[in-house]
Amino acid sequence: MSDLIRLSAAELAERIAAKEVSAVEAAQAHLDRIAAVDGAVHAFLHVGTEAALASAALVDEQIAAGQRVSALAGVPLALKDVFTTSDMPTTCGSKILEGWRPPYDATVTTRLRAAGITILGKTNMDEFAMGSSTEHSAYGPTRNPWDLSRIPGGSGGGSAAALAAFEAPLAIGTDTGGSIRQPAAVTGTVGVKPTYGGVSRYGLVACASSLDQGGPCARTVLDAALLHEVIGGHDPLDSTSIDAPVPSVVEAARLGASGDLSGLRVGVVKELGGEGYQPGVRASFDEGLQRLEKLGAEIVEVSCPHFEYGMAAYYLILPSEVSSNLARFDAMRYGLRVQEGASAEEVMALTREAGFGPEVKRRIILGTYALSSGYYDAYYGQAQKVRTLISRDFAAAFAKADVLVSPTAPTTAFPIGEKVDDPLAMYLNDLATIPTNLAGVAGMSVPSGLAAEDGLPVGLQIMAPALGEAVMYRVGAAFEASRVADEGLLIAPEVAK
Amino acid sequence: MSPDSGAISRDEVAHLARLARLAVTDDELDTFAGQLDVILGSVARVGEVAAEDIPPTSHAVPLENVFRPDELRPGLTQEQALAGAPAAEEGRFRVPRILGEEQ
Amino acid sequence: MSTLVDYPSVVERYEPTLGLEVHVELSTNTKMFCGCPTTFGAEPNTQVCPTCLGLPGSLPVVNRTAVESAIRIGLALNCSIAPWGRFARKNYFYPDMPKNFQTSQYDEPICVDGYMDVTLDDGTVVRVGIERAHMEEDTGKSLHVGGATGRIHGADYSLLDYNRAGVPLIEIVTKMIPDTGGRAPEVARAYVTQLRDLISSLGVSDVRMDQGSMRCDVNLSLSPAGSGVLGTRTETKNVNSLRSVERAVRYEMSRQAGVLDAGGEIVQETRHFEEQSGTTRAGRRKETSEDYRYFPEPDLVPIAPSAEWVEELRGTLPEKPWERRARIQQAWGLSDEELRDLVNAGALDLIEATVAAGAPAGEARSWWVAYLAQQANSRSVELAELPITPAQVARVIALVAAGDLNNKLARQVVDGVLAGEGEPDAVVESRGLKVVSDDGALIAAVDEALAAQPDVADKIRSGKVQAAGAIVGAVMKATKGQADAKRVRELIIERCG
Repeated sequence: MSDLIRLSAAELAERIAAKEVSAVEAAQAHLDRIAAVDGAVHAFLHVGTEAALASAALVDEQIAAGQRVSALAGVPLALKDVFTTSDMPTTCGSKILEGWRPPYDATVTTRLRAAGITILGKTNMDEFAMGSSTEHSAYGPTRNPWDLSRIPGGSGGGSAAALAAFEAPLAIGTDTGGSIRQPAAVTGTVGVKPTYGGVSRYGLVACASSLDQGGPCARTVLDAALLHEVIGGHDPLDSTSIDAPVPSVVEAARLGASGDLSGLRVGVVKELGGEGYQPGVRASFDEGLQRLEKLGAEIVEVSCPHFEYGMAAYYLILPSEVSSNLARFDAMRYGLRVQEGASAEEVMALTREAGFGPEVKRRIILGTYALSSGYYDAYYGQAQKVRTLISRDFAAAFAKADVLVSPTAPTTAFPIGEKVDDPLAMYLNDLATIPTNLAGVAGMSVPSGLAAEDGLPVGLQIMAPALGEAVMYRVGAAFEASRVADEGLLIAPEVAK
Repeated sequence: MSPDSGAISRDEVAHLARLARLAVTDDELDTFAGQLDVILGSVARVGEVAAEDIPPTSHAVPLENVFRPDELRPGLTQEQALAGAPAAEEGRFRVPRILGEEQ
Repeated sequence: MSTLVDYPSVVERYEPTLGLEVHVELSTNTKMFCGCPTTFGAEPNTQVCPTCLGLPGSLPVVNRTAVESAIRIGLALNCSIAPWGRFARKNYFYPDMPKNFQTSQYDEPICVDGYMDVTLDDGTVVRVGIERAHMEEDTGKSLHVGGATGRIHGADYSLLDYNRAGVPLIEIVTKMIPDTGGRAPEVARAYVTQLRDLISSLGVSDVRMDQGSMRCDVNLSLSPAGSGVLGTRTETKNVNSLRSVERAVRYEMSRQAGVLDAGGEIVQETRHFEEQSGTTRAGRRKETSEDYRYFPEPDLVPIAPSAEWVEELRGTLPEKPWERRARIQQAWGLSDEELRDLVNAGALDLIEATVAAGAPAGEARSWWVAYLAQQANSRSVELAELPITPAQVARVIALVAAGDLNNKLARQVVDGVLAGEGEPDAVVESRGLKVVSDDGALIAAVDEALAAQPDVADKIRSGKVQAAGAIVGAVMKATKGQADAKRVRELIIERCG
């Protein structure tokens, strides 16, 4: 592995700004890495070599001319294929958008470009962000760099795998029910779901509009913070985006790295982390709690009794919104068109049948059901009430603790194929992450170690109140600094060679 | 078909698929009906929560009155608009004959 | 097939219940949820953006002016303005809807529970209840190619233009209008006419039925006289003029009576009004009734107009057209017939503006309904299209009052203005039309005329003052009509001793 690709984004950015390394060299090193390993990992659906090198060259020019460049200028990044990019295809992991070139950039894309970040390409994902393993991608699964026979998590497995395989030091994902955090946990990387409304959804192809949120992914907490400040903030093109300054997460991360958490109360959510969680995951979590205590935090137990209804509410709300959001894919204006039908209606139905995978179809049908007249009140309507109860649980918990913690996912990375035919078993992967999406609060996953029984990464989830990311990053950074000091950086052995 | 039973029949799935413009195959109907039945049984427990006077939440963060001024903003050219079109004619999207009436 | 029943017989035996739904296209600069222009007549698909094209990843943002217009319409209709409400998605598939759902309002419309007092020709007032008024977006336009008449039936394919997609619409729904008896057609027409005038006075829409900026759907049911049992209603669309509204109601009443007389049942369905024949025909039967699966629009946040904002908007409401007419009628002492004639001639606004510019009402009226109306007729234009302004007419009237012009000269001045020669004063100047008021010049002319007709002069001297008319005529001719006839007569008498 070339040295350049081992660097964190912060380190690389410094070297580039100091002209020790050019942005083009940095880009090329990562493109070479992709060429070397992505045949096995399959993190990328599209690599935009020319555009990436051109973008990097531009940054080098600016630096040479003495212009001020942003903090991450020239750093390569992998972008989940759910964000529109006008110079690269956007497929959302689906056949129905195979080869689709959007005529516009997502706001996130625009902000990345404005920051001089080198977008290497688009990463693989579960189709339309529905899944926890990236096995539902229409283009084949991504493999976990820790064990290529295992899943990298989902829906954003491509972004997480790219990081774990050192194909990029930065990535962008989206998190609807855990799609950033759970892949981070099972790949030993860092993933953040910002407060709902903290990152613009304009150009983020919608899965569940009231739950989706784009977020930063990296191998370190500081890198995630730096990226968070690039993409976060109000967007007038997104009515649900919050008109408030981005929380000072970089400052918080730097502060946290000093390792002192005295005065902070960390709440352990009683309902998350018990039954249904793999022993090695629980053990790693318990160790994590001890570490936090060592750092000066006070551990308190909190109860969020309605969290147990989170999955049920989620798997009603999400399919309902999905069934409506995906209606636009009808072969009339863009995307796949199956020509056999005689009428528009037939063409629509045949195209959607051919273009959507089984998980997407299941959720569309379920959502159609949950919204239909006669059932709305019992299903969708009731789920929205549960959502209120979960928000109240969080509010009560945050009155007692500054952050809440839990294991991010119930298990480590499971083998490819193990759960793909059992939807309900697959859904259980999101047990711990779903409540944050329902309430719109912030959450992140940081590596907490390796599970004893299989040597695979485990993640610690840290949750903070809406717009409370600073304390979350502080705790994450402190935890990371301490763990890395004791155990070293987590590097997947298979690709470390 | 009552929400309580959580049972979803093959016919119901077929009806829903039609509503959602999905030309599912017979095999899929069987598989989906079974899977959806299980899922529905699981999600139906939202009904266990007594929530008569709980207001529903449709948005996590309580924003209100987000507007934009009535001002022009540059859009797409005709070429850009039609760029991804499966078929186009005379600057318009060409679609197969439509059976249904406009609403 | 049942035959049409003779109208008086229908009325004798059945009671109609009427309902009217009117869609008003707002004349905002931009669309409801994006900044695309709304101007009519552009090249297809040149007034579109990711949002109104429903491209994946696009998001809506509400047009503030559209909300204001909706509130003003509601206030003008005596509605309550909802202090809090949301948009909702109305889900169904149709190629003219890019998202395959329409962003509309469902159970939380912005305006509810109002009324409008509709005055019929004979002065009868019917209070029509307004159920609700809400905001929604328009669809794109389809051209059906290959069929015989360009209609959808028998077409080979269709062409879609989305320029109109997303244009703001306000839907106004009346409460059921019972007890109109045989006057139902008249009531329907009067309601739509009056609604049009009201909305026009607000300046929020062109409300042109012939251009589609105002569309009307007619709902009608019959119940056997005295039964108190409401019948099944039909909805008739494609009603494109005021006259069609009246005809559609009348036809439906007769048609439904025919069905009921024959022992049949009315099918709840959507029908189409056929302009040529004045009949309605059934629309295509649907397999199942549409289930729109409404749910609150997750990409938008609630609209919560403050009481202050509503009151501010209430202050911008102009006088209601019928209140204004009543006030004018009283101020000018007009009979109902006179008022109606003025309204029908389109003269009311012009006269009022002329009065506002300083002219007495009687003069203003007489100019517009007589000479100017003739001019308009001979040019085949509407009064309002004549190239003369109320201010200019007021000026001419003032010049006559000051004695600078007499009526004949005044008409010449008006002709000059109409011919584009400039302001009235400029025309007077350039054409030399001023009344000769210089006694000296007049006396000279009088003396000359007397000398030319000695026998008439004698008659006058002998006391036959009527004879002066001939001299007046001669003087007028000599001065090219620019003498003040009254003064001339005085001078003649004087000169004759």
